[in-house]
Amino acid sequence: MDAIILQILNGLDKGSAYALIALGLTLIFGTLGVVNFAHGALFMIGAFCAVTMQRLLTLSHVVVDESQTDFLGNPLAVNVPYVNSIFGEELGQALINWSVPLSVLLVIPVMLLVGWAIERGLIKHFYKRPHADQILVTFGLAIVLQEIIRAMYGANPIQSPAPPLFSGSVDLGTYLGFQANAIVYPIWRLVYFFFSAIIIAAVFAFLQFTTFGMVVRAGMADRETVGMLGIDIDKRFTFMFGLAAVVAGMAGAMYAPILSPNYHMGMDFLVLSFVVVVVGGMGSLPGAVAAGFLLGILQGFASMNEVKAVLPGIDQIVIYLVAIIILLTRPRGLMGRRGVMED
Amino acid sequence: MTKTTYSRRRVLKTSAVAGTGLMLPTYLRAQESGFTNAPQGDTVTIGFNVPQTGPYAEEGLDELRAQELAVEHLNGGGDGGMLNTFSQKNLDGTGIMGKRVEFVTGDTQTKSDVARASAQSMIQKDGCIMINGGSSSGVAVAVQGLCQEAGVIFMAGLTHSNDTTGKDRKANGFRHFFNGYMSGAALAPVLQNAYGSDRRAYHLTADYTWGWTQQESIAAATEALGWETVQDVRTPVGAGDFSSYIAPVLNSGADVLVLNHYGGDMVNSLTQAVQFGLKDKQVNGKNFEIIVPLYSELMAKGAGSNIEGVFGSMNWNWQLQDEGTQAFVRSFGEKYGFPPSNAAHTCYVQTLLYADAVTRAGSFNPCAVVEALEDFEFDGMGNGPTLYRGADHQCFKDVLVMRGVAGSGNANMVGYDTLELVEQTPRAQVEYEPDHPMFAGGSLGECNPGA
Repeated sequence: MDAIILQILNGLDKGSAYALIALGLTLIFGTLGVVNFAHGALFMIGAFCAVTMQRLLTLSHVVVDESQTDFLGNPLAVNVPYVNSIFGEELGQALINWSVPLSVLLVIPVMLLVGWAIERGLIKHFYKRPHADQILVTFGLAIVLQEIIRAMYGANPIQSPAPPLFSGSVDLGTYLGFQANAIVYPIWRLVYFFFSAIIIAAVFAFLQFTTFGMVVRAGMADRETVGMLGIDIDKRFTFMFGLAAVVAGMAGAMYAPILSPNYHMGMDFLVLSFVVVVVGGMGSLPGAVAAGFLLGILQGFASMNEVKAVLPGIDQIVIYLVAIIILLTRPRGLMGRRGVMED
Repeated sequence: MTKTTYSRRRVLKTSAVAGTGLMLPTYLRAQESGFTNAPQGDTVTIGFNVPQTGPYAEEGLDELRAQELAVEHLNGGGDGGMLNTFSQKNLDGTGIMGKRVEFVTGDTQTKSDVARASAQSMIQKDGCIMINGGSSSGVAVAVQGLCQEAGVIFMAGLTHSNDTTGKDRKANGFRHFFNGYMSGAALAPVLQNAYGSDRRAYHLTADYTWGWTQQESIAAATEALGWETVQDVRTPVGAGDFSSYIAPVLNSGADVLVLNHYGGDMVNSLTQAVQFGLKDKQVNGKNFEIIVPLYSELMAKGAGSNIEGVFGSMNWNWQLQDEGTQAFVRSFGEKYGFPPSNAAHTCYVQTLLYADAVTRAGSFNPCAVVEALEDFEFDGMGNGPTLYRGADHQCFKDVLVMRGVAGSGNANMVGYDTLELVEQTPRAQVEYEPDHPMFAGGSLGECNPGA
C-alpha cells in the first residue's frame, strides 16, 4: 500500500508539470489555432530563468586571500557575492538560497517578452498556413532556442537547489497511519504540486471571472462574431500566447530543483505533453489538466517493480498505450469539443 | 522558364568521378607506403573526435583542450608538460619523427552513427592517421570498429565498459581509461572497510553496454564481500526524472543504492535520491549509503553538495602528487585557469603515447605502432608504473577511489575540490586475466594497415 501511495504522489508531481505545459499548449491552440512545438522550449527557458536568478544573486567580486593558495600555488582568488557585501552574509546567503522561488519574479517579464517576440515575430505569419507548416516552424524554433541556451549555459545539467526550508523530505507515512519511514517524500515535490494547483486555478479563474477572460472564451468559441462586435481579438490572443508562455516558464522554474536544468529538458516534456493534450481533447482546458494528472499517475504505477515484472518496459509505453485506447474509444479525447481539428 | 540539362546518367557519372577524386588521395597514400594515410611532406595529421555538442559536450571540450595542449607540447611549444616526466625520452618537441603535428576535430554528438561519420571524414578527407578521444562506450566501440576497417589507430577516450577491450576489442584500438571491472576491484575493499560485509544493495543501471557491464562488475565485487544484490533495475538513458525508480528503493529492504549512471543521468538520479531522504535513512539498523562507481569532475560539479560522503572511482585525478600529474596540471592550469579532468588526462596521455610509439617503431605504419604499444611499460604519466597489455590492448595502472566532500567554496573549483582522494588502489589489485568471463567472447584479430 505504501508503495502505491508513493507512486500516486510521484504521478501527481509529474502530472503537475504535464498539466501546466498542456494547459499552455491548449490555450495557444484554442485561441490562435497554432500547434506550438516550441512550448517545451518555453518550459526549459523558465528553468533557466531559475539558473539565471541564481547566477545574478551569486554575481561576485574577487578578493585575493593571501593566507590560502589555489591549485597552482598562487594566492587564492575567492569569489564574494555582491549580495553578501551589500546585505550582509546572513541575508545575502538567504537570498541566494531562495533563488528558485525568487526566479518566478524574473520569469513573468522574461516569458511575456519571449512569448510576445515569438508570436509577433514568427508565429503570426503562420496562422493561415496548414498545421504541418506550424509544427515544422515551431519545432525548428524549439531547436534554435535549445541551442541558444546550450551556447549560453553549456551542455551539463546545472544544480538549482530548493531553499533549505523545503530541501529535505517529510515522513508522510506517520500522518497516514503507516510505520515511520514507509512513505518519505521530498518536500519540494509537494510544494510543486500545490504551486501547480494554484497556477491552474488562477488561469481558470482569470478566464472564468474576468471580462478579459470572458472575451477570450467568446473568441475561442466564435472568433468572427467577437471581431464584428469591434473587439480586437487578435491583441487579446497575443496576450494569451504570452500568458501561456508565462505558465510554461513558471512550471519550468519551479521544476528546476527536481530536475537540474539542461538544454534538452524541454524536448523530453514536449512529446508527453502533446499526448496529454490529445488525450484530454484538443482545445479543452479542463481536459488537458485532467489528462496531465491521469497520465502522470498511470506512469507512476507502471514504474512499480511489481508491474514491470509482469509487463517489462511498460513504464516507457504506458502513456502511448492509454492514448491509443482513448483515441480509439473517444476520438476527440476525454473532453474534446466537436469540430476542433476535424476540418 | 529554364530547362535543366541534368540527366540521371550525367548525375551518376559526375558522382562517380567526384567520389573517385575524393578517394584518390587516400588510395595513393596507401599504395605508396603500404598503409592508410601515410604522412606526406613535413606534417602529420591526427583526428580528435570528441562530443562538442550533445549531453557530454563539456567533457568533450575538456578533452579537446588537453589534446591541443598535447599537440603544442609535441611541436615544442609551452613548457613541455608530461614530456619532461615521461619515462621514455624519444619525444624532443620536434613533432613526430620530425614531422610537425597538425590536427582536425570532429563532433561525435555522443551518437555512434555521427561519430563514425565524423571519423570516416577525418580519415578519408583529412588524411588522419590516428583518431583519439570521445565519451561513451557505445561511441568508442563503433569508432573502434571503423578504425579497424580503415586501417588507422584508434585511441579511445572516456569509455568504461568492459566490452571496449572485452568482446568488442580490436587490434587497431587501445584504451588508456580503466573499466567497470577495475572500478569494482578498487571500490570493494574500501566499501568493506566503510560499510562492512553485511549489506543489501539495490542497483539502478543505465540500460546500455556501459551500464550493464559496470553493474555486473560492481555486483560481483560486492557479492564477493558478502553483500546481497537485492535488485537491479534498468533505467532508460536520459530518463530525467528518476523518482519512480527511486521510490521503490525506500521499501525494498536495501541499505545501499548503487547508481550505475553517468553524466546528466547520474546528476539527476543522485540529486533525486538525496531529495527522497535516502542519505538520512536508517535501514536494517545501518545508515543508508549511496555509491556512484564512476565519477567525473563534471558530474561532481553538476551534483553539487549531494555527492558529500558518496564513494566512487576515477581513472586519474589532478590531486595526485606524482611528478607527471603535477607537470600536466601546471601546464593545463596555466593555459586554461582550472585543473584538467580525468577525461582530459586520458586524451592528453594517449596523444603523447601514440607519438612515442611511432618514434620507437620508426614508422607511422599502424601495425608497427600496435607492436610498439603492445606490452609497453612506462611511468611518469600519472598513476605510477603503467602497462598497455598486448593481449587485449587494455591499460593497467593504479585506480583511484574518491569520495565526495564539501569543497572549499571556491566557485571555480566546484567538481574539482568536491572530490577527495581516498585511496590509490595498486595496479596488481585491479588486474585480471584477458580471458576473464566478463571480457570473454572477443578477439583482437589481425592488425589492419589499411592498404
